[in-house]
Amino acid sequence: MLKISKDRITEIFNTVAESKSLYLPVNREDGQAEFKKYENGMVLSENLNTLRSAKDFFFPQTENLVDFKMEGKNIEVIDVREECEDFVIFGVRACDARSFTILDKVFLADPVDSYYKNRRDHGTIVTMACTRPSETCFCGSFGIDATEPEGDAVCYTDGSSYFFKANTEKGEAFINSVSSLLEDGDTAELEKVQAKTKEILAKLPLSNLSTDSFGGEKLNELFKSEKWAELSEACLGCGTCTFVCPTCQCYDIKDFNTGNGIKRFRCWDSCMYSDFTKMAHGNPRLSQVERFRQRFMHKLVYFPANNNGEFGCVGCGRCLSRCPVSMNIVKVMKALEEK
Amino acid sequence: MQEAIIKRAKELLADGSVNRVIGWKKGEFVYDITPAVFETAEEIDADFVYNELTSANVSKYLVKETKKDGKVLVFLKPCDTYSFNQLTKEHRINRENVYVIGIPGGPKLDVEKIKAKGITGILNITNDNGTLKIETLYGEETMPFADAVSTKCENCKSKKHVVFDELIGEDGDITDTNRFEMVEKLENMTSQERFDFWRDQLSKCIRCNACRNICPACTCEKCVFDNPDLGTDNKAAADSFEENMFHIIRAFHVAGRCTDCGECSRVCPQNIPLHLLNRKFIKDINSLYGEYQAGEDTTSRAPLTDYTFDDCEASIVHERGAE
Amino acid sequence: MQVNENKDFEPVIVAFCCNWCSYAGADLSGTNRLNYPTNVKIIRVPCSCRVNPMFILRAFQRGADGVIMCGCHPGDCHYTSGNYFARRRMTLLFSMLDYLGIERNRTRVEWVSAAEGAKFAETMESFTADIKKLGPNRRLEDLRCRKQ
Repeated sequence: MLKISKDRITEIFNTVAESKSLYLPVNREDGQAEFKKYENGMVLSENLNTLRSAKDFFFPQTENLVDFKMEGKNIEVIDVREECEDFVIFGVRACDARSFTILDKVFLADPVDSYYKNRRDHGTIVTMACTRPSETCFCGSFGIDATEPEGDAVCYTDGSSYFFKANTEKGEAFINSVSSLLEDGDTAELEKVQAKTKEILAKLPLSNLSTDSFGGEKLNELFKSEKWAELSEACLGCGTCTFVCPTCQCYDIKDFNTGNGIKRFRCWDSCMYSDFTKMAHGNPRLSQVERFRQRFMHKLVYFPANNNGEFGCVGCGRCLSRCPVSMNIVKVMKALEEK
Repeated sequence: MQEAIIKRAKELLADGSVNRVIGWKKGEFVYDITPAVFETAEEIDADFVYNELTSANVSKYLVKETKKDGKVLVFLKPCDTYSFNQLTKEHRINRENVYVIGIPGGPKLDVEKIKAKGITGILNITNDNGTLKIETLYGEETMPFADAVSTKCENCKSKKHVVFDELIGEDGDITDTNRFEMVEKLENMTSQERFDFWRDQLSKCIRCNACRNICPACTCEKCVFDNPDLGTDNKAAADSFEENMFHIIRAFHVAGRCTDCGECSRVCPQNIPLHLLNRKFIKDINSLYGEYQAGEDTTSRAPLTDYTFDDCEASIVHERGAE
Repeated sequence: MQVNENKDFEPVIVAFCCNWCSYAGADLSGTNRLNYPTNVKIIRVPCSCRVNPMFILRAFQRGADGVIMCGCHPGDCHYTSGNYFARRRMTLLFSMLDYLGIERNRTRVEWVSAAEGAKFAETMESFTADIKKLGPNRRLEDLRCRKQ
């Protein structure tokens, strides 16, 4: 496999950044990692994952869809879309990589979301295989192998070198663009590291989390479960879980009156909010119990029902560490499983 | 402490004094503790926890719980009793439907501070005389307890319970802390430096509303930022102005009512030091209108619903401190 | 204080004026044929106490470069105490804006009675001059609302 020694990885970054925008996880002052546009001198974060997911690259939190201008009785519609340039995201973890295929099922299904597609077409995803999974990880429950992530190209590390493998044409183009820096390397040490990671994955506290009790066919049973009331009791109705989630894809469209025109925005919405899916007749989910249920039913029942059994969760564990009251999908799944 | 609390909770449930108990429920890991309502002794035995990781202020849940039938038992740390008093004062809690037991408070731990040190895969945390022993998937780690203390406990304002029906453990005193140190530091910066500091912090905001929804002072049935008829609702900040507006207005709406419990900063997923906004108001109120601690009593008038004839003019704020 | 280099800058100034004193004061300055800058846009409010912090911020959002609130002199409030509450509120708000690094002097409170037409005109003159010196509001601006 092609490799580069660990201390020379910045050469790859510099080479890529010459021709394209490159984004990679960088540590903030408070020790949390976030994706930043690469500039000379930036250091790749060693953290397992970024605080916010990587979905922002394709589905940003807010986005200006279109502008309107009124002149007299005429309304001018202004297309504000900008030509998206090629970019590379480096260091995406296996869970986030899978989240893109989940988002694709929503945004690239007919009717295709052209804003999303535009960015998706121009982005190259270089994933990073995990070597230090955390106690909050449960990607294995959703069939994700953290040591063998998806993505256009994959980067593996054995501690002293980074190895590269292409999965797609885009990935090959990425590797070709830096091939002069790479050399053929022995993967014996890498295989040892991967085997060790697999051992840890197997003994993670959540490794036995099962999805057997969920899926489209369990709709009635789960919807009517009496446990939702108790589970949602502590829920604050904030949007933290949905906003850090790599697969939450609900959005709202808002018109903003600027005083000299209208800007139409799309922004993330959260099923935890009181005005979620509010219609002319009012709100279909009046209490937090129903809103709370919606989030988990969507991920564990509605989504698989519409997508050949694929769940809408990737087990990244962000909601586990971020929820202000520590109520999360794992607790919900375990509680619903108990008969 | 946990045993004493559990024992008393079960006693009160058994003799019918209360029919529910608000407390903390253990989770999947040692640290993911959820506020919960317990209805039976079995539930309490199985899941009730109280330790250095139970930092949540449960007083706000009483707004909902005391509207229900029967009496509810709540365990309040000293800082939580201030929130409780403030809520009682604003008629948000039905005092008759709640039995308050004061329990000793922090310092509490913030597991994020442990993780920020690069300690991951946490399986267990034990406190060994000021040293944390952290068992992880990758071996045992240690760090000083003091380095993992939650931001909200760094400047403890009081170890005294301002309201309780009974106490478990000893009552403490109001502590003299330098909680305004960071506010003063900011005040002494130049205007440009302050602007840059807050822009840097507030631009991290993802508008998840966790700070608002956890806040015991934010109990409006409908928040101005959720009201589409007002034109000020915004689900996500499309412009930096909206980040500023949300946080200025939120801090203002709780000015004179914020007890400085620190929950906003504790729950912020982006680690924005939101308590520094609230503390600025508290400091200003103290210096301009006389010392005032929200939640200390249930009778005094709040600074913003009160006045004196010789209050200072607004221009005073343009005349003091660094430009 | 930063000084604005642009000599042609014409600021937008929003003045919240209480119905009973300051708005009448503005009227009086008109009937007395006193001049005050056309930059000032008056919004009439029933009492200075009606002005909540959101009003001030929204004015900045929609393009104001300075916001001034005028009410009855303390002790003269039509509703007895409205301006006392308003005074505390604005003091704390201005302090918070200062804390967030918004330039000082972009906001002001002035008490103008119905008989003080001349004071109204002078106040607006001096406030406009201050804002001209400060330059356009950039720190508390909503870029979407900037006039193209």
